[in-house]
Amino acid sequence: MPQVSLTVNGKKHTVQVEARTLLVELLREKLGLTGTHVGCDTSQCGACVVHVDGISAKSCTMLALQAEGTDVTTIEGLAAADGTLHPMQEMFREHHALQCGFCTPGMVMSAIDLVNSHPDGMTEKEIREGLEGNLCRCTGYHNIVKAIAAAHPLMHANAAE
Amino acid sequence: MGFEGIGASVRRKEDLRFLSGRGNYTDDINRPGQVYAFIKRSDRPHATINRIDTTEAAAAPGVVAVFTGPDMAADGIGGLPCGWQIHNKDGSPMAEPPHPVIATGKVRHVGDPVAVVIAETKQQAKDAAELLVIDYTDLPSMAETTDAIAPGAPEVHDGVAGNICYDWHIGDQAVVDAVFAKADHVVKLDLVNNRLIPNAMEPRVALGDFDTSSGDFTLYTTSQNPHVIRLLMGAFVLHIPENKLRVVAPDVGGGFGSKIYHYAEEAIVTWAAGKLRRPVKWTAERSESFMSDAHGRDHVSTAELALDKDGIFLGLRILTVANMGAYLSTFAPCVPTYLYATLLAGVYKTPVIYCNVKAVFTNTVPVDAYRGAGRPEATFLLERLVDVAAHDTGLDRLELRRKNFIPADAFPYQTPVALQYDSGDYQTTLRVALANADWDGFEARRTEAKSRGKLRGIGISTYLEACGIAPSAVVGSLGARAGLYEVAEIRVHPTGSVTVFTGTHSHGQGHETTLAQLVVDQLGVPLSQVDVVHGDTAKIPFGMGTYGSRSLAVGGSAMVKAMDKIITKGKKIAAHLMEAAVEDIEFADNKFTVAGTDKSKTLTDISLAAYVPHNYPIEELEPGLDETAFYDPKNFTFPGGCHVAEVEIDPETGVVAVVNFVAVDDVGRVVNPMIVEGQVQGGVAQGIGQALLESAVYDKSGQLLSGSYMDYTMPRADNLPNFQVSTENTMCTHNPLGSKGCGEVGAIGSPPAVINAVVDALKDYGVRHLDMPATAPKLWSIMQGAH
Repeated sequence: MPQVSLTVNGKKHTVQVEARTLLVELLREKLGLTGTHVGCDTSQCGACVVHVDGISAKSCTMLALQAEGTDVTTIEGLAAADGTLHPMQEMFREHHALQCGFCTPGMVMSAIDLVNSHPDGMTEKEIREGLEGNLCRCTGYHNIVKAIAAAHPLMHANAAE
Repeated sequence: MGFEGIGASVRRKEDLRFLSGRGNYTDDINRPGQVYAFIKRSDRPHATINRIDTTEAAAAPGVVAVFTGPDMAADGIGGLPCGWQIHNKDGSPMAEPPHPVIATGKVRHVGDPVAVVIAETKQQAKDAAELLVIDYTDLPSMAETTDAIAPGAPEVHDGVAGNICYDWHIGDQAVVDAVFAKADHVVKLDLVNNRLIPNAMEPRVALGDFDTSSGDFTLYTTSQNPHVIRLLMGAFVLHIPENKLRVVAPDVGGGFGSKIYHYAEEAIVTWAAGKLRRPVKWTAERSESFMSDAHGRDHVSTAELALDKDGIFLGLRILTVANMGAYLSTFAPCVPTYLYATLLAGVYKTPVIYCNVKAVFTNTVPVDAYRGAGRPEATFLLERLVDVAAHDTGLDRLELRRKNFIPADAFPYQTPVALQYDSGDYQTTLRVALANADWDGFEARRTEAKSRGKLRGIGISTYLEACGIAPSAVVGSLGARAGLYEVAEIRVHPTGSVTVFTGTHSHGQGHETTLAQLVVDQLGVPLSQVDVVHGDTAKIPFGMGTYGSRSLAVGGSAMVKAMDKIITKGKKIAAHLMEAAVEDIEFADNKFTVAGTDKSKTLTDISLAAYVPHNYPIEELEPGLDETAFYDPKNFTFPGGCHVAEVEIDPETGVVAVVNFVAVDDVGRVVNPMIVEGQVQGGVAQGIGQALLESAVYDKSGQLLSGSYMDYTMPRADNLPNFQVSTENTMCTHNPLGSKGCGEVGAIGSPPAVINAVVDALKDYGVRHLDMPATAPKLWSIMQGAH
């Protein structure tokens, strides 16, 4: 069985996997990181989004072997060691941007990449279009959009420090 | 500690775990020695199963077992039960054909389970299922609701003539016909309520476990009502007594009705776990969800409204054909009857109503309650019909509504279709919604849009719905095979913190916060010291679960009742400790006080005394401070309100943009306004989805064409606007909280508002009615004159 070495949330792992194993299966089943979810089988819903070398990626659409040598961050790796939430997590809570919580990990990971890639600010339309790859069935997105808009200045203020 | 009681938008207690990836969803649970089930499903809508050769599959690497329908039958396993029996017009019971857990003899819809392969890994099970040889003979089939009752239609079930599950009615047809014969205007409309696929983001999962030492079964499942599953599966399917069967529904990723029902996979994994003496897990792939989760809606109706010359409604006459799918899902029969036809008075004084409902079988996935369940169908029909009446008679659509509203001083109001409304104020919700939507400024916006080449329209829906389905005796007389009360246990611990055990279930609604706020309010315990436990039959005394927006109105009322018992007992303990008469003890703000004195004891003093009963009235009172209450509601609750949608259509593409959406709802007492707004926003999004984007599409034979997210259009962030959501509340008069329910109002009120707006935008094209979804190709064709 082939093996893959990668860093997940700062920790190095070398794992034997079947060649067809998806990155999300590696995370959930081999590493026990069940915060990343699987909501579909057509790469549409975005519940499985993680960061691979800092860029959002649908972990259901990547083979584990493709993650060789990469640095992966999952929802479990976002908060600081002392438990302080990432500003995006904090704003999701503040603005009631989650209900059942199932899409939330992927939504938060996508939202962070979205904000990171728009340092000069985002319009509501840009936020909505930027969420094209993530489905939420509970919130109607209203509060998710608000949370992302609120997190933007906090994240870029942090980045500027 | 700031204000945390009823009325405070406190942030949710459950969010921290969901935001940090520490939720505990069913698929996150794994048991030692677990094996994996893959369900082989029918790829054809209707066929005889001649033979299933499992030899090769059973010999494949990692395979532990392969089971088919006859294997379950050999173990005496029953079919999946239906929880509601409707009677035909002539008093005979509905047709209730068998619903085998695994198809036996025939398959009746694409997705019907045919065999289950269980292996050491998920991939091995799936690979082995490819090796099953299934010899089918295809049978004639159909999917469309009206095709089921066409002459010569193929029969889905032997012995169910004409595919009629039931032919039911409400009202006096002769009286209604007489009213129609004399009416100045009769407005007639044919309309379809499109079939939807619920699509909670978490696919269904079931994990069966068997404890070989105790003989106990545990089912972990994505359910909205674990006790109901235990009852149905234990008593009717697997014959496991309640004391040997635990059902756990942990964090559940959305339900919207689709996770109410007892599904085949739950029975399969539990039965197989017992047989194999190993835990068996099944996780749906999304494609399986599309063809195995109960679908929603799917009505075809003819509606007629009789009016006098001034536009006063005289009578309503409806014929609805409702698609049940291939089998009866758990609560399917009650949706197009007691959750639909009884709502046809809506907010109007219509004096006589007749509704005939024919429920039919087709070769499609079973249909059951989906967010709103019957009330969206009634609301869409009524609110389209009223707009069409305005169109046909030339009366103003607002004026027509206003003059027919049940006035605010007419409550309690008895409708001609069985329900008695307790409260409401439809003029107020209408007035506030019109103001919030700047209805009067619309024509200027239409003109401005026209200058940009866009067609702008505005639409309204004034609606009412019924929640907290009840009382048990009444629903029993209507065919329910269950009670519809709710249960709460309030445990005040020795040091004064509180655990609430509720029979309701939270799968996004935020009960861990809202229900805790009730404890803050009534017992004065800080929110941080209150925990809410739900979703485990081993922990909760009993419960009917969460659906029909019942959790606060029914489950919250059970909590109030249990807390009343806590206070009553606490007063006796306090009277003993303070050497006062129990009648003189008052309780407020976490304190028991001797009236008119400064003598008081905190709840913690009392709970400590209750658990350490050294100085305690032990002769009269048991130790402990833990009370359980069952609350059986006196009536439904009746949320309602007004939704206004404003749309712009691009005539070049037919694409509709919802540019403004206003909801003003009456949900009774609001405990957490932030959560209520979120519930309404989410419901409106699903309603806009139904109106513009979503539709379950079958071909004529019953092949599901919209079987993935590539084909079934889920609303995405850029399909939706910001919502202006607010409430104007009147209190429910018959439950202690005054709450009515807010979970479904958004999905009920919004679809007709959106379609009314689209029709308004297209008024220059002579459009009188449009069925949902109003997709771009449909509108483009209309504008091209293709229709």
